[in-house]
Amino acid sequence: MKIAGKAIPHESARGHVTGEALYTDDLVGRYPNLLHAWPVLAPHARALVTHLDAAPALEEPGVFSTLTAADVPGEGDSGAARRDEPLFPAEVMYHSQPVAWVLGETLEAAQRGAARVEAVYEPLPPILTIDDAITADSFHAGPLRIRRGEFPGRAPYSCSAELRIGGQEHFYLETQCAIAWLDESGGVALHSSTQHPSETQEVVARVLGLPRHQVTVECLRMGGAFGGKEVQASPWAAIAALGAWKTRRPVRVRLPRVLDMALTGKRHPFLARYRAEFDEEGRVLHLAATLYSDAGWSMDLSEPVMWRALFHADNCYFLPSVELTGYVCKTHKTSQTAFRGFGGPQGMLVIEDLMDRIARTLVLPPETVRERNLYHEGHTAPYGQNIKDAARISTIWRQLQRSSGFEARREAIAEFNAAHPHTKRGLAITPVKFGISFTADFYNQAGALVLIYRDGSVQVNHGGTEMGQGLHTKIRQIAAECLDVPIEAIRIMPPRTDKVPNTSPSAASASTDLNGAAVAAACAQLRERLAPIAAEMPGATFAQVVETAYRRRVQLFAQGYYRTPGIHFDAKSGTGQPFHYFAYGAAVTEVEVDGFTGEYRVRRVDILHDAGESVSPLIDRGQVEGGFLQGLGWLTLEELLWDAEGRVATAGASTYKLPSWPELPEVFEVAFLERAAEERAIFGSKAIGEPPLMLAISAREAIREAIFAFGIGGIVELDSPATPERVYWAVQKARQSSSATAMTAQLHDD
Amino acid sequence: MGFDLMVNGHTVCGEGGPQTTLLDFLRARGLTGSKEGCAEGECGACTVVMVRGRGSQTEYVPVNSCLVFLPMAAGQEILTVEGLANGGPLTPVQQAMVDCGGSQCGYCTPGFVMSLFAEQYRPRRKSACDVHALAGNLCRCTGYRPIRDAAVQLGEAPAGPLRDRLHSPAPRIEGIESDGFSRPTSLAECFAAMARHPGAKLIAGATDLAVESNLRLRRFAHLISLEALEELRMFRETLEAYEIGAGRALAEIDLPHDVWREWLPLFASPLIRNRATLGGNLATASPIGDAAPLLLALDAQVRIASAEGDRVLPLDRFFTGYRQTALVAGELLRSVIVPKPLPPVARFYKVAKRQSDDISTVAACFAIRADGTARVAYGGVAATPVRVVKAEEALWAGWTDAAVARAHEILRSTLHPIGDHRGSAAYRLAMAQSLLDKFRWQTRGEAAA
Repeated sequence: MKIAGKAIPHESARGHVTGEALYTDDLVGRYPNLLHAWPVLAPHARALVTHLDAAPALEEPGVFSTLTAADVPGEGDSGAARRDEPLFPAEVMYHSQPVAWVLGETLEAAQRGAARVEAVYEPLPPILTIDDAITADSFHAGPLRIRRGEFPGRAPYSCSAELRIGGQEHFYLETQCAIAWLDESGGVALHSSTQHPSETQEVVARVLGLPRHQVTVECLRMGGAFGGKEVQASPWAAIAALGAWKTRRPVRVRLPRVLDMALTGKRHPFLARYRAEFDEEGRVLHLAATLYSDAGWSMDLSEPVMWRALFHADNCYFLPSVELTGYVCKTHKTSQTAFRGFGGPQGMLVIEDLMDRIARTLVLPPETVRERNLYHEGHTAPYGQNIKDAARISTIWRQLQRSSGFEARREAIAEFNAAHPHTKRGLAITPVKFGISFTADFYNQAGALVLIYRDGSVQVNHGGTEMGQGLHTKIRQIAAECLDVPIEAIRIMPPRTDKVPNTSPSAASASTDLNGAAVAAACAQLRERLAPIAAEMPGATFAQVVETAYRRRVQLFAQGYYRTPGIHFDAKSGTGQPFHYFAYGAAVTEVEVDGFTGEYRVRRVDILHDAGESVSPLIDRGQVEGGFLQGLGWLTLEELLWDAEGRVATAGASTYKLPSWPELPEVFEVAFLERAAEERAIFGSKAIGEPPLMLAISAREAIREAIFAFGIGGIVELDSPATPERVYWAVQKARQSSSATAMTAQLHDD
Repeated sequence: MGFDLMVNGHTVCGEGGPQTTLLDFLRARGLTGSKEGCAEGECGACTVVMVRGRGSQTEYVPVNSCLVFLPMAAGQEILTVEGLANGGPLTPVQQAMVDCGGSQCGYCTPGFVMSLFAEQYRPRRKSACDVHALAGNLCRCTGYRPIRDAAVQLGEAPAGPLRDRLHSPAPRIEGIESDGFSRPTSLAECFAAMARHPGAKLIAGATDLAVESNLRLRRFAHLISLEALEELRMFRETLEAYEIGAGRALAEIDLPHDVWREWLPLFASPLIRNRATLGGNLATASPIGDAAPLLLALDAQVRIASAEGDRVLPLDRFFTGYRQTALVAGELLRSVIVPKPLPPVARFYKVAKRQSDDISTVAACFAIRADGTARVAYGGVAATPVRVVKAEEALWAGWTDAAVARAHEILRSTLHPIGDHRGSAAYRLAMAQSLLDKFRWQTRGEAAA
């Protein structure tokens, strides 16, 4: 291969560094007459709207119009899975939920207008925690179950535990944004920062009561998304479209950061309760785990998120007997949604929490317990699917231990810890197995439209969106490779619903697998049509061949289509083949914890990841490193909190902290597994978007190891995220247990 | 009254209200490369550089354009990301970012480019570009490693107009008087403006006030900028003390003591430090302002000026309540006086969820003066920054186990921190005590042992 497989910069890199790359909100100046929309926010987490009068807003200078339920010509609901997201709610379901919108000539006018809207509420008691939801039997879905085997008798050892796992704010740098206007032929057109243009189109059409052919949605590019713009881009697009429909003027909806954080969904917080039985070697014989997710006010994608959590509660470990149960809790909070990993990280964290407990119980090194439980060839997952290429897990495990110098560093750390009473280091290795495919099987299809012009230049249209993950770069490489043209000959068009219809969201790490295969299928047809002509014209350029083909009336455009074969899942029995293949990896992380404060830093990270035969190594390395740091943020400093009224207490960049420079490990080694072609995916490559995020679990486990070193034994309980405060209290506990044990020992001596 | 400013070499008219941000102004003019990521100076996606004089030197100073009110840029020279390549070949900073894979979604990239550009062109830079210069820029995609690689591979700034610009003086900061905004050029003028506009808000770097404006939509009847007051930008060393002008940007202050150099990088980000002032940090009287614990432990005083003259007050009497100070109408903070000799042993600690550019959960500064007396000062444990004199007294006779235990007891009984999203009350109290232990541990063998 000449172009696919080459390390090249992002397709828009020049635009990024010059500021020429345009994002939705950069287009505002192109719409004279544009109106700005601003919401009226309910001051309660749950309340009936007993009175709403938007008219006073119109008295405010610069206010042009208002939007309420009465303005909706179609169905005023943006729900994706169910019709459970009224755009103009009669009952407020989360704090700050918009109940009306004001359209102004300027943003400031709209803001002043919104303050004039009269709304009266009758507050109702909200459900704000998972525990309260469980007590109140408040569930969107559940129990979802995966079961295997019957654990007959008693095991030598067992443990029971509870683990609380915090959520995570996407904090895409570009917040939610849409611009809508009436197109030149009476339809509605939108620029929307959406991972799922077809669903945005669907929701807009639904709200306006139009057939979908009247609505065109385009996504130029996104300034990050991470799952947060999969279904959650649509409500804002719908408001913009409704405003444009009502006023016949372009309308812009953009959520500034604090609103975006207050109003949009996040990674689901989880509560896990589990009990495990294991033998004296540390092998798990049985695991019973119940997972509760805090899904917020509407269903959104919470059910498939829970399924994916259950699918990944085994991580890389063979569980002969298992009973996994999931409940999707309904609370009066933002509607939690897709976020890189999609439940997988929470599921995996549960079993990694268990592995450390087993190790501490048996006084074994955690990596020994982990290794003894790894999947091998022939094993099947709890839901019955064969673990394809399971041997790669052990290969990665061994190679990474070697390349990271694991054994020698363990000894060096032991020496360091013995010499430093107030500073301890920890080292941990954790594996990752991540199933690739949408669990909604119908999403596993993609289309493409490839156009060759007479000068030999090529436009490629496909259904995938660019959010920074490098999809367009990979597609461009794939198209250039397939057509055997220079990469400059290929122009990737921003996805538009009038080019490729009924697209799937760019999600589940599968966009290159799906769209790349569809583009390759289109290119193959074109190659086939051009081949006889090219054969007649040795030495001719691509443009010459194309021109000849045109004159001979050969069709110079083609559609491509791809659907993933062989995947199915039966939710009733909890069995099937939900995944096309698995992506694997492992990470070794070393941390240093300050016993005075609980603060810590990551000293070194070594990663070995299975990316198959990478289509674009520079892009893939970026996904691994960026995913790791995002996972590190989720597990350490990113702490989402809600106050007693149900308001997001960390709604802003000053209260919610992303990883920054100090979190970048001093040493950060990333390598890819070699000779790792995945024959089931395009050019032997593997999905890369999500799996690396979970490599960061090694950092959390390394922190636990360091905490352990402050004491002399015992379980390290640590809820997530491992903020300095949580680490500090865990260190205190470890130290107390050691002094208590020392005292006991002393007593015995007496 | 209108005013002009220079953007990428073109003179433009500064049209907009006094609380319009420079970022919004630029974007409305079609310069959409600068992005809004947070509107509170945390993410750096809006970074532009200003051409500023520092001492005798002209420098490119990167700032958060979301925290610059448009009139503050009056007469100033601004360079945005669009002004670097200008449609031509990429500058080395841009090329390095491309080659290293330094952009993914690209939204934060213009901000990184501008911070790194300013660092590459930093006068007197001898070594490789310092990645700490990028500490005010957040990236959610890359994990920073490729950006670090891009930064460290940069060489000297290339010859050309961008470098030549630094060989001529920066624009002066001139007085302006426009609707809702004054920028006097002398203290006398300033007091006159304060008398003319009673209730006007004084602003220096505006890094706090602009957040109020952007996020909480607060509107002010009148703003008086202190930026053109040379009196507030002084730095003076006498036999008795260092005197630091209250209006001097933090980045331009250097006290010859390790504790200062330990403290400065922990204060917000380089982008903020280029605008924020010592006086602003004290006058906002935030209980979690990071300057107060340090200056309290250094026995600092504040010089307060009014039309009637100056008065000097010990800093521990300056804070009178939650976000309240001893300043009365007609007064402003003129300078901070740090007496000499500086204590031989002093350490500053900041506990936060993130190690840089975060707001303190607890900040502490401990010092041991040449006479053996201790200073114990905190932020984040009370309604104001506090000095705990009783704890200092307990340690006077030496840092024995018993004395430290007594100090712990005093901290427990005198400090009443609150619990919030940054940390629980129990953790804050534990930190107040534990940091004292850490200080003792780290300075064992020094005077504290």
